[in-house]
Order: sequence, then C-alpha cells, then structure tokens
Amino acid sequence: MKSLEELKAIRAKMQGQVGLRAEDHTHTRVVVGMATCGIASGARPVLNTLADEVQKRNLTDKVSVTQTGCIGLCKYEPIVEVLEPGKPKITYIKMNPEKALTVVEQHLVRGQVVEEYTLSAAGDIK
Amino acid sequence: MENITIKINGIEVSAPKGSTILEAARLAHIEIPTLCFLKEINEIAACRICVVEVKGARSLVTSCVYPINEGMEVWTNTPKVLDSRKKTLQLLLSNHNRSCLSCVRSGNCELQKLCKELKVDDESLYDGEKTPSEIDDSAAHMIRDNSKCILCRRCSAVCEKVQGIGVIGANERGFATFIGSAFNMGLGETSCVSCGQCIAVCPTGALSEKDCTAQVFAAINDPTKHVIVQTAPAVRAALGEAFGLPIGTNVEGKMVAALRRIGFDKVFDTNFGADLTIMEEAHEFIERVQNGGVLPMITSCSPGWIKYCEHYFPDMTENLSSCKSPQQMFGAIAKSYYAEKMGWDPKDIVSVSVMPCTAKKFEIGRDDEAANGVPDVDFSLTTRELARMIEHVGLRFLDLPDEEFDMPLGMDTGAAVIFGATGGVMEAALRTAVETLTGEELPSVDFKEVRGTQGIKEATYNVAGMEVKVAVASGLKNAKELLEAVKAGKANYHFIEIMGCPGGCVNGGGQPQQPGYVRNTVDIRALRAKVLYDADENSQLRKSHENPAIKELYATYLGEPGSEKAHHLLHTTYVKRKVNEI
Amino acid sequence: MYRSHVLVCGGTGCTSSGSQQIIEALQKELERVGLTDEVSVVQTGCHGLCALGPIMIVYPDASFYSMVKVEDIPEIVSEHLLKGRVVTRLLYKETVTASGVKALSDTDFYKKQHRIALRNCGVINPEVIEEYIGTGGYAALGKVLTEMTPDDVIKTIMDSGLRGRGGGGFPTGLKWKLAKQNEADQKYVCCNADEGDPGAFMDRSILEGDPHAVLEAMAIAGYAIGANQGYIYVRAEYPIAVERLKIAIAQAREAELLGKDIFGSGFDFDIDLRLGAGAFVCGEETALMTSIEGNRGEPRPRPPFPAQKGLFQKPTILNNVETYANIPQIILNGAEWFASMGTEKSKGTKVFALGGKINNTGLVEIPMGTTLRTVIEEIGGGIPNGKKFKAAQTGGPSGGCIPASHFDIPIDYDNLISIGSMMGSGGMIVMDEDNCMVDIAKFFLEFTVEESCGKCTPCRIGTKRMLEILTKITKGQATMEDLDKLEKLCYYIKENSACGLGQTAPNPVLSTLRYFRDEYIAHIKDKTCPAGVCKALLSYRIDPDKCKGCTLCARNCPNGAIIGSVKNPHIIDQEKCIKCGACMEKCRFGAIYKK
Repeated sequence: MKSLEELKAIRAKMQGQVGLRAEDHTHTRVVVGMATCGIASGARPVLNTLADEVQKRNLTDKVSVTQTGCIGLCKYEPIVEVLEPGKPKITYIKMNPEKALTVVEQHLVRGQVVEEYTLSAAGDIK
Repeated sequence: MENITIKINGIEVSAPKGSTILEAARLAHIEIPTLCFLKEINEIAACRICVVEVKGARSLVTSCVYPINEGMEVWTNTPKVLDSRKKTLQLLLSNHNRSCLSCVRSGNCELQKLCKELKVDDESLYDGEKTPSEIDDSAAHMIRDNSKCILCRRCSAVCEKVQGIGVIGANERGFATFIGSAFNMGLGETSCVSCGQCIAVCPTGALSEKDCTAQVFAAINDPTKHVIVQTAPAVRAALGEAFGLPIGTNVEGKMVAALRRIGFDKVFDTNFGADLTIMEEAHEFIERVQNGGVLPMITSCSPGWIKYCEHYFPDMTENLSSCKSPQQMFGAIAKSYYAEKMGWDPKDIVSVSVMPCTAKKFEIGRDDEAANGVPDVDFSLTTRELARMIEHVGLRFLDLPDEEFDMPLGMDTGAAVIFGATGGVMEAALRTAVETLTGEELPSVDFKEVRGTQGIKEATYNVAGMEVKVAVASGLKNAKELLEAVKAGKANYHFIEIMGCPGGCVNGGGQPQQPGYVRNTVDIRALRAKVLYDADENSQLRKSHENPAIKELYATYLGEPGSEKAHHLLHTTYVKRKVNEI
Repeated sequence: MYRSHVLVCGGTGCTSSGSQQIIEALQKELERVGLTDEVSVVQTGCHGLCALGPIMIVYPDASFYSMVKVEDIPEIVSEHLLKGRVVTRLLYKETVTASGVKALSDTDFYKKQHRIALRNCGVINPEVIEEYIGTGGYAALGKVLTEMTPDDVIKTIMDSGLRGRGGGGFPTGLKWKLAKQNEADQKYVCCNADEGDPGAFMDRSILEGDPHAVLEAMAIAGYAIGANQGYIYVRAEYPIAVERLKIAIAQAREAELLGKDIFGSGFDFDIDLRLGAGAFVCGEETALMTSIEGNRGEPRPRPPFPAQKGLFQKPTILNNVETYANIPQIILNGAEWFASMGTEKSKGTKVFALGGKINNTGLVEIPMGTTLRTVIEEIGGGIPNGKKFKAAQTGGPSGGCIPASHFDIPIDYDNLISIGSMMGSGGMIVMDEDNCMVDIAKFFLEFTVEESCGKCTPCRIGTKRMLEILTKITKGQATMEDLDKLEKLCYYIKENSACGLGQTAPNPVLSTLRYFRDEYIAHIKDKTCPAGVCKALLSYRIDPDKCKGCTLCARNCPNGAIIGSVKNPHIIDQEKCIKCGACMEKCRFGAIYKK
C-alpha cells in the first residue's frame, strides 16, 4: 500500500461490514418483522434493501438493521420499526423496497420521519 | 586504554575499561574461583561459582562475565557470597559420583580443590536422586563418565569454538541434562577426531583418556617381551607439571631416567622418527613440486588433523602427505631395522609411545599402520598416563638423575624437537628442503615467520629461485578457515603444516591438565613451546638430514628417501569419511 | 452485503469443542434455506468465555449462543436467521433475563471488562485483512509513517505508561528508546509468542483472533527503533495461531503493509515466523534469541542486554503478543487515553486467563487496578459449589499465591510483587478450601524442574532438591530441618540462578510459606494434610454407625481393601487402600469419610 488513501478506502468499504457487529447503545436500530406473517407479505426484500442501503451509505456506525419476530400487527406487515436513542419508536407499516429506500433517505439520513408510511398515519388504530 | 576505577571489598582498583569483575579483582590480587569459565571459549556463567555482590544489583552477579562500570562497588567474600558458593558446590556434589579417593583426577580436580577451599564440610547435605548416566567408552581414545560431570560445558565449548567440530553438546534438559552426542551416538560413532582437547579442559574426572598403563605394566612384567618406548618432543616440555614443576620446565633427563626405572628395555626418542619424517616429507614435497603433484601438500603428523581432514575435507585427502607420523615411522623402523639389528622377532617387541596426544591412541589402530605384519606401535600413552605410571611405582621424580636416551633410535636433531610446537614441522622441513634444493648450507636455520602461537601463520621463502608459499595452522577451527580459503581460491600455498591442537603438540589433549585459572591467565602453549625452541637452539645438530643415525639408516637399510622400502615402511593411506554418519 | 453476520469462534478452545463442525453445519443449512446471500458466517478468534464453547454470536442483534451443538443449527437457522425469532433456550443463560434478552456486554462476565488487546477477538475474521482494516487496522502504522518521527512514537509509548505484559513489566517505551540509541547496521524487532505459563493463553487468543494487530505493532516498533526485520517466535503447539499468522503475513505482504516502502514512506519492514518446540525457557528473552539463532534455547549472560547485543548480536527489542496488541490503539487514541486507565504505575488493561475453582473460566481483560474481588466474584462468577475462596495464584510458576486477606488489593504490577506474587503473563488460578497449598507449590515446582534448561547449577539441581523436599513434606516424611533447608534453598536459588526463570522458581514455595506456613507445619508435625489432598497423609474410613453393610464399596474397591460381610459394617484395610476414593463416591449412605 503506497498511500493512506488506499487504506481509508478499504476501511470505508469494510466499515459497513464489520460495523454491523458493533454493540453500541447509541445506535439507531431498524428492526424488521421477519416472522411468517412478515415474510409472507414481503418482509425479506424490505430487510435486504434496508441492510444494503445502510451499508452503501456508510451508516453502519450509527444504524444497525436487525430482524425480529412477529410484532403482533400481522395485517400491517411488512413492519419496520425505527428506534432512535432517546426518541419515541416510529413504526412503518406495509413496507416495500421502494418505501424502505425512502425511509433510509428521509429518516435515517436526514432525520425526518416519513409520516405517511407510519402506523399513526394509518389512523384506524390509536 | 581507558581505565575505570571500582571498589572491590572497599579497596579502590583501577582496571582497563571492558574488564570483567574477575579480571579487575585479579589486579587486586584476589582470585575469584571459577569452574565453567574459559576466557573467550566458555563465557556462559553457568556454574555460578564466581558470584559476587555488586552494590545495587538485584541478585548476585557472575564476576566472570560481568563488565565493570565506573564507581562500581563489589564484594567478593561476604558471608552471602561464600555461603552461596558453598551451596552451589553442595548441589553439584549431590549429583556427583563421589568416588574421589581413587579418581584419576584426585589431587588435581578443580571441584575437589574448591570444596576444600570453601570448606564444604557436609558434602551429602542435598543428596537425592542422581541424573542417570552411562559410561561412553565407544571411542578408541577416551572415556566419558557423566556421573562425574558437573555440566560446566568446557568440553563442548572447546570442541565447537576452538576445534570447530561440535560433536558433543548438552542433551535433554533440566536435571536430566547430560553432555553427549547427537541422537545419543557413542562418541566413537561420531566424527570426533580424538584430539582430546575436551579432556584437557575438563575440571573433574568425567573425561579421561583410555588408560592402558595396566597393559604396559603387564608387558614390562612379561620376560618374553622386549618393551621399547619412544617419547614425543612435547612430553618432556610438560611432564614436570604433573610433579609440581612450573609450566615450561624441560624434564627430558628425568623422564628418561623414570622410564628406565619403570622397566622399559629401551628408552628411545620420537625425535628420531621426526627426523626421519622430515627426510621423507621434504623428499615428497620436492617431488610434488618438481613433478606437478597435488599441491598444496599438507603435513600428516597430527592424527587428530588427519581424522578431521578425512571427515570434513574428504576431497583434500590427496593433499595430505603420505608420510606416516613420526610415532608410526619410529614404530615401523623399530620392528624392522632395529629388530634385525638386535636379532629380535618383531612379534616379541612391545612398542610403546608416550605422546602429548590422545588421537595417537586412535592412530595406532588405523589401517596401513602395521608395516611388519604387527602394529607399528602397540600402546600409545599420554603424558598423563606416564605421570601416573611414575607415581604408581613410587618414583620420586624430582629427585631422579638426568639420563640420556638409548641409541641409535634416541639420536635426534633440533629440527625434530621443535615438531612439538606449531610451525615446527614446517621449519624443520624447510631446513632440509632448502638445503636439498639449493645444495648449499643455510646461512641461518631459523624460519621465525612460522613460529609463535597465532592460529594461522603464512610466509613466502625464495628457494633456489622459486617463491615457496607456506602456511601453518594449529587448532582445527583455524585449519578449517585456512582450508576454506584454499578451496575458495583465496589463498595459494605450496606447503601447509596443520596441527590438530591449538599451539601444536605442546598443548595436546594428552598433556597434564592445567586448571581454568591457569588457562585463563597464562599462555601455556608459548611457555611449553619455549622449552622446545631452547632445546633446538642448544642442539649441535639442527637439521634432520644431519642426524647421523638417520644417515646410517638410509645408508644401510632404506636406501634413498622415497625408496620402495621407505614407502613400504614409512608411508600410509587415508580414507574418505563422512560427518556423523549414522 | 449481508444483513446478518453469524460469528463462530474459531479459537483453540472452541475448535476443540467442535466449532468447525458448527460452521460446516451452518453453511449447509443456510444453503438449504437459501440464505447464503443474506447471512455471512464469520470465523473469528476467541471471545474469552471458553468454558461455554462452541460460541456463536448473531449480529446485528448480538444474540449470544453458547455450547452450540450441530443438532441445534437447523433450529437456529430457521427460527432466528429466517424468521427472526431468537432461540432463547440456546442462549448463554446470563444474557437471558426476566425482561428479555440482555446484551452480552451487559453480562457480569463482560461488563467489568475493558477490551483493548482483545478488542477484535471474536469480532473480526482474522483471516481477512480487510476486516482488520475495517475496524481501524493499519491506521496506526499509517499515522506513524506519515505524521510521526521515531522519537515521537517512542515518546507516545513512554508517556502511555505501557509496561511489558509478558512478565517483568519493563516499560515498553524505555525498551524501545534503549534499542534506538544503539547504532547498528542491522536491528531486530522480535515478538515473544512462546506463551508457556500453565493455564495462560491470552497470547494464543490474540494471535488467533487478531494477528494483524501484532504485525502492525511490530512494524511500528521497527520504525521507532530503526529495524527492518521482525521475527515472531511462536510455539509449534499453537497450530491455529501459526496458520493465522502465516495467512496474515502473506496478506500484509500482498497489501504492501509489510515489505518495501510502506505507505510510500521509504520505510521497509518484513516479518518472519520462527517456530519454537515449546520449551518454557524459550520465553526468556535471551534464550528465545538463542533459539531463533538456531542453537539450543538457553539463556545467556546479561549484560550485554538485547538492546545492545540481542539477536545475532544486533540491537533487538522483544515484546510479547499482548504488549504489541496495545500499541496500535495507543498510537491512534493517544498516550493520555491509555494512561487514563489503570493505576499510578500500571496503565491500561491486563488480560487474565481465569482458571481453577471459578464459575466463568476463560479470558478476561480488565483495567489495571481492578480488585481481585471484582475479578473473582463478579467477572468470574464466584467459586462453584458454595466453597470458600482460599487463594488465587498469579504469575504461573514464577508467581505466587494471593490469600483471601488481600482480596481487595487492586491488581497491578507493583501490588502483586509487594504481596509476594507477580503479574507474569496473566494466568490466574483460583483455589478453594479443598486445595492443599503444599500440593500447589509442588505442582508449580514440578513444572519448573521439568522445564529448567539445565544450564546453571542452582536451577538445574537446586529446584530438583526443592521438589524432593516438598515431596517428602507431602508424604509426611519431612522434619522441620527439611523445611529450614527448603527455605534456605529458595533464597539461594533466587540469588544465584542465571535467568529470571530460575530466580523466580522458588516463588510458589515462598509465597505459600508466607501465607500458609501452618499447612506446611501440619504436614510435617501432625502428619496431616488439612485440605485432604495429599494422599499419603489421608485415610479413608467407614463409620460403623452409618454403614449398612450393602457391600457396594467392597465390590468397587479396585484393590480389594474393604472387608466385611453383608449387613455388617465394613472396614477398610489401610495397608491395602490405595486412596483412590472410589468407595466414598459409591457409598449411598455417606458412611465413608476422609481423615
């Protein structure tokens, strides 16, 4: 290796990978419901999109994408929860890969909740 | 050189920078005891006998290797130091075969001496399990009895660092450690060259030559045998040490008297064989130079060197002079020419040699060393064995009169007596070769460039218009260095003298053992060599070809040097060996 | 890009408990359910909790599965990796609480730890250089070569207060400074990976889990002292470590992080491996260098010190693996950061290998100054079976025992020395009331006697005689004069031995004599072993009131030493009894007792 830049490039590329393994409570956690109901309604591509996008955008030192079981709101699946330290939980419902990209762009990068996708926007349960 | 001032036992001592505490203490007339230490050879601080207290040091330090610093304060004899040394000795004794009363080293054992000095009153204090050991008597020349070994490693250090061979070393570890050869081969199976330098430095009775004094006494007591003895030049330069004389005392006359009183029928001189060797070797050298033979020609007097060459430079055995060693030439002549003269059957002659050498014990059993159908030499004793025989029969050596060798095989020249020192054979050969080639008498017989104890010496002489380049090496590590230079084409010689032991035969492996502190402070080689050069200087005849007994031998029996008869009796062959062949 | 990483420990401990088979099963199962593009299986180094192996951690949620079996894999894959339902049943029980699953870092075992030397162990794949770079690897070397002078580097290391983690605790920066000062055409940087203390395995774990950290640190050291060649002396008994080091060196050369003109700075550095045959003495610095030179591994006299004349008679520094593992972090985070941890004279953290009578055996890295109590009661989870703590042995065969009276002493170099033990390389063996301290001393001495190189008299013969006296004591054959002889020998060997190993060999005896002399005296005067360990001094007996005459003991005695008829109390023939304890184990009525 003949320059620090080369090293930095590898590091940036790899951080997405190894950053996934951080165990830091200051992280924002993005949790995808991956129970049978979620998978059946298309949670897997959502999860994969989220994971890829977070890594691509080098967000892994701040954001971890993880999966969970059935949240209990099967009819709104695929469900994605975003848990930011010190903030109320945001629950996105009826997600798809396109919506997932928007959530990354708006919420995770810019810090603006994509209200229209949220459970509260659905209105019928309060 | 810059000096450093330190305090030893409260007294200021100034010593050169780089000195060890041991050396600085010596300047203050304190001899700190050592066991393992041999200067520049074995500086491993293993035995811990030489410990001293140093102000500020975490523990005791070993004075043999610890360098002095400005302002250092050292105590060499505090209760802690003396008690530590005593405990070290007691621990050594707890793992030592304490059959000291009849041990071959009793009286000049360094361990025994220290135990007395440090008042080791309770020698069994730490007795317990002993390290298992076996006696190795596989070699022709020596015995290793590890039950007496204190693991000072002087033997392996000499073998590796001085002789460049390293066939012995520490095996196993911890309490099981013992000195032996690779893969537990017996020494006789290794490429040990039999030089005996290990025995010469051993502080205890762990290493000794294979003693054949009993067989020699038996032969002497056998009325049907004619027991004749020859003594090598270096023996007379060192035998006196075994009887308390200073190093460098010539005891030729008393030695001859002692041998006669022991009961040898004839007391002869290997010098006769040496003069004969020069006649043959000078002739061979001239022959090689004039007829395009293999050069450089290398001397063949030292059987340790011969075996080394066979193992480690097998491609150079053609360079070796085909001449037998003086011992073997003497033996061959004694059982042919002399036997005829006396009307004795060679089979009834027991030919004994006294040598400064252990490799001679190997040499007498070599192939092609029995010109008359019986071994040229039957028993080869070391100088130490002769001293033991003298003690055994109760001779008061120092009070013996000076006597002369028997004739004719006791006739010698100054050229022969210097064989015992490194460069001596070269000088003797040059004296004869130059006069033979030029046909003129040498203005001076001294070839001082090849004298002295340096490991490698070289010189160029103009002989009858030819530049003759010669080199002399003693000690096999030096020999190796020289030969590698020759092989690599970096050096070009016509004639090389090599002696297996550093300094030549005067420092042979069969000479009386001098303790470590003597070896570390005195150049034994130079003191003993001086005896020989003085003897040469005081000789009437100083060239081998002027020895009248040799002249008569050629005139009446052998004919010319290099004659067929001479070849049959006085020349030998060599084998190509491998290193530690298993 | 993977959404989930499954880390499986590939350290020696977990490999022995079957982690390779776990990895194979996992890959097969992932393939079967079609998750190979989504889930990455990473083989890592040691996590420290070796007693719980094989260990598997699923990220990003960091679920910590312990003692994983091949049979568990299909369930973990289908439930956890496919459906996202953690298989709680198989988790490390410490991470499972009433309120759910707790992070591994919140468990008692990890909470009080602070992982610097072990930071990447169990986190990255040691066989992939990019993973090391991804966690900041080789950035320290980059910084050193582009921004710092050798003197800056040495000053940083000196200011950090880092001391050698291999035993003596010599200040690392000072060692480097001395080697830098000596001008020479060639200098060497050596790494001591000849970990030999019984029970200590932190160096192995670092080499297996984070080999690049050591390579990077050695290159930094080379730059600091002016050396272009490094040697790692690693014991051949560490095959996994050797393999990972070989891979790491090859990758670093490939990436030109070793070799010529690193980072375009003009600095060249390369590293070669030398395998040791596992002689304990080869951990001693001069013996190690003698061994690298190709000779019998034996210490040589000092002075000259390695900084003057070390390997091949050239100025050399030697540090151990754990010491090196700290270096890149000190460079990156600064001397103050490192010096903020620990005690006044012992900075940073130290890795200990916890073993013996303790619940959580394994590797722990704690800040210097942590008390023995915290290590044993909190991190170690206390003594099993409700037994009482008796002593902790640190420093291996060169160290000593710390009794309960020093339970609250902050652990650092100087405190341990002051109470008669030493840091050593970090083995910590916990002993409870069932351990006989004479027997413990004997155990360590047996090791020393076995491992003595045999060069110097005090160690070669002296330790053997010490062991003989100790053996006499444990057999009840010793007198008080023997004890006196033993103690004097101890002090003699400390003063007179040639190297550190001999000089410290008596420590296990001296420290147990210091704190447990009464146990020695009980063996000698009363001919009893208070802890009931020394076989020669104990006898098995049958309480006739409790014995029902069931004959079970007699039938199980391997030497026919129990006599008695059915339904009558039995008796043990003390002449024949070999004290194996089989009868006591078998008796259902508690009728057999040790005396």
